[in-house]
Amino acid sequence: MGKSSTAKDAQALFHSLRSAYAATPTTLKIIDLYVLYAVSTALIQVGYMAIVGSFPFNSFLSGVLSCAGTAVLAVCLRIQVNKENKEFKDLPPERAFADFVLCNLVLHLVIMNFLG
Amino acid sequence: MARNLGLLVVILSVTSICGGASIFTPISDAHRSAALELFAPTDGSFGSLEEAYEALRTLQILGVDKKPDIRSTTCTSVENTLWSPTSNSKDLFYALRVNTLLKCELNDEAFTAIASRLKDSVSDARSLLDYYHSVGSLSLIKDQTSEVDVLLGDADGVFRSIKALSQSDGRWRYSSSNPESSTYAAGIALEALAGVVSLASSEVDQYLIGTLKSDILKLFDSIEKYDDGAFYFDEKVLDARGEQGPLSATSAVVRGLTAFATATSGSLDLPGDKILGLAKFFLVGIPGNAKDLYYQIDALACLDNNRQVVAYVFHRVAIPLILSPPATVLSLTSEEKFKARVNTVLGRAAPPLSVKLMQVFSDGSKDASIIAQELKFDAENGIHVLDGLPKSVDVGNYVFVVEIVLHDPENKKLYATGGRIKVPIYVTGVIKVDSAEIAVLDSDHGSIETQRKLDLPGKNAVALSANHLQKLRLFFELTTPLGHAFKPHQAFLRLRHETKVEHIFVVGNSGKQFEIILDFLGLVEKFYYLSGRYDIQLTVGDAVMENSFLQPLGHVELDMPEPPEKATRPPPQPVDPYLRHGPKAEISHIFRVPEKRPPQELSFAFLGLVLLPLIGFLVGLLRLGVNLKNFPTSPIPATFAILFQFGIAAVLSLYGLFWLKLDLFTTLKALGFLGVFLMSVGHRTLSHLASTSAKLKSA
Repeated sequence: MGKSSTAKDAQALFHSLRSAYAATPTTLKIIDLYVLYAVSTALIQVGYMAIVGSFPFNSFLSGVLSCAGTAVLAVCLRIQVNKENKEFKDLPPERAFADFVLCNLVLHLVIMNFLG
Repeated sequence: MARNLGLLVVILSVTSICGGASIFTPISDAHRSAALELFAPTDGSFGSLEEAYEALRTLQILGVDKKPDIRSTTCTSVENTLWSPTSNSKDLFYALRVNTLLKCELNDEAFTAIASRLKDSVSDARSLLDYYHSVGSLSLIKDQTSEVDVLLGDADGVFRSIKALSQSDGRWRYSSSNPESSTYAAGIALEALAGVVSLASSEVDQYLIGTLKSDILKLFDSIEKYDDGAFYFDEKVLDARGEQGPLSATSAVVRGLTAFATATSGSLDLPGDKILGLAKFFLVGIPGNAKDLYYQIDALACLDNNRQVVAYVFHRVAIPLILSPPATVLSLTSEEKFKARVNTVLGRAAPPLSVKLMQVFSDGSKDASIIAQELKFDAENGIHVLDGLPKSVDVGNYVFVVEIVLHDPENKKLYATGGRIKVPIYVTGVIKVDSAEIAVLDSDHGSIETQRKLDLPGKNAVALSANHLQKLRLFFELTTPLGHAFKPHQAFLRLRHETKVEHIFVVGNSGKQFEIILDFLGLVEKFYYLSGRYDIQLTVGDAVMENSFLQPLGHVELDMPEPPEKATRPPPQPVDPYLRHGPKAEISHIFRVPEKRPPQELSFAFLGLVLLPLIGFLVGLLRLGVNLKNFPTSPIPATFAILFQFGIAAVLSLYGLFWLKLDLFTTLKALGFLGVFLMSVGHRTLSHLASTSAKLKSA
């Protein structure tokens, strides 16, 4: 009895989350997808390292940190672009996107240098 | 140590008896080959007429047949010099000297032309060298032709002018303005004065010649001497001709002396031993450069005047005779005889004479046996031979005192023989070693435990054993060929341990008997308490012993007590230098093992795997329904938008190139340009987009 209620609760929760998520604007969904992509790439790299060993450690680090870094920047962009966020009301989304592009370019320069 | 001491004693004794005993040999083929080497002409001629004269004169005196063929070039040079109106007296002097030797074809016209010039230069001369060159040239002309008038009118005046430059110690100055006096200058002054005397039209005042003779004697007061009997004149000052030394100064004086003695008819009364000493000075060795060789040979030729003696013109400086033994080491075993050669300095035969062995000094003792034995003359080889050595001559160092006795009493004035001549002789022989034995004795009673006879100097291999309470005794007798006792320079007994620690003992003697007793009880500390096998070696040697030997005798097993705690350790033995300094073992470098890399297929698999999320992202984007609706349509903003995308792509491809081959600095440079471009374009595009969306919002 308890088990089924918790299962039902979980399912209900899941559904409500899903419907709520559907309401988010497309731009934010794009950014979420991008974050997902970056994180999964990072995880695959960590799995590879676990198999073959960390020999060119700098390469491993640069790979993982580029994924992590770009994910973080994307999250920042999402925060700034989200209209429901009262803090960044006056910030035009183009400006945020410009920052995102610039920071990504700098990050990737550093990553390329560290790649070896 | 004992060896060094022995040698020192020997050296001291040899020098004490050999004060004055040394060997001089006359001119030999060594001088001839040196002359050929040093006087080789360069490119068919010598540098100057002076060098040509030196070379030709030296080769002529030495009798070298193979003369360099420089006659044509040198004769041309001589003729040019003689005919040239600008030649000074020095050039003419050397040209005439060369002509005397080469006998170039010159007629009397040439001589006449220069004779008057030379006479003028004699009267105008101011320095010693001017006088020397002009007077010398005139004498040379006189020798070469009798047609030309070269006699000096005012010979007395010239004589006085040259004499005015002399100093009180017998030396000469080069000119009145130069205060320094030189022995070389004295030599050439004498030669010039001899020339003046021979060129005088009326006889030179005898008083002047007499004062000059006393000057010469004063010069001889300053003569210096080496210990081996060589006399020389030293040159104290560097003059205008460059460095002069004792060789050139002595050579000049000898030339001047002999020229002067020939020119004047009176005798000079120079002591014969000093003339002989000067000859010995010139016979010491062969100089290394051409000029010194010329000085040496020229001076020797003057001393050994080779010219035909005309009846009433005597050569008044005595001709030195040199006695030289061909061998100074005589062996009693092969019964070698004492021989001596007597020659003039240039190696010519001496007049009839005999050599007498007067005394024989032995090894440091002052008294000698008087012998007075005459040596037989072997006319075939030109050598004097002593038949059989004196009875008292045994093995050792001796000084033979010989005397040269001239057969013709007239020759006594003509030749300088040097009185008593000391010749150092080494007489070697075979030393007999007898009654050799080695024994191990008990220390208490001296009773013999083991005894072995030794065959010296043959091979031996005895095996003894002893402990520290016993003694080792070695005994042998040494006898000379004549049966006397003999004390060698070296008589050592050496014991060497297996660890290469060795001990050396001197074997003492009383008369013929040599004995050494090693008392091991007292030597225990010296031997560092090392027990074990000691190799025995005996060394007996001397310079006059023909059968010196260094023989291993065998070995002795020594039993030493245990070393106490404070005992000295044996000194570390020298390491074989090849072990310490030789090549070491090769080090093979171990390179860092490269890391294990995964197989390529795995890497490619994961490459594919990593690209999957990208594909998933793109698929997701399509699912979300992304569109390019907001892309600006009007041309200018569109271009900027395209340029923006293009700029980002360019930056990313620059990063790709950076990873592949560029370095950071080029990348940053390029990035700078691209970044500026991207910023401007991006700003334009995004501001346009912002304004568009703002318009939409407000609208």
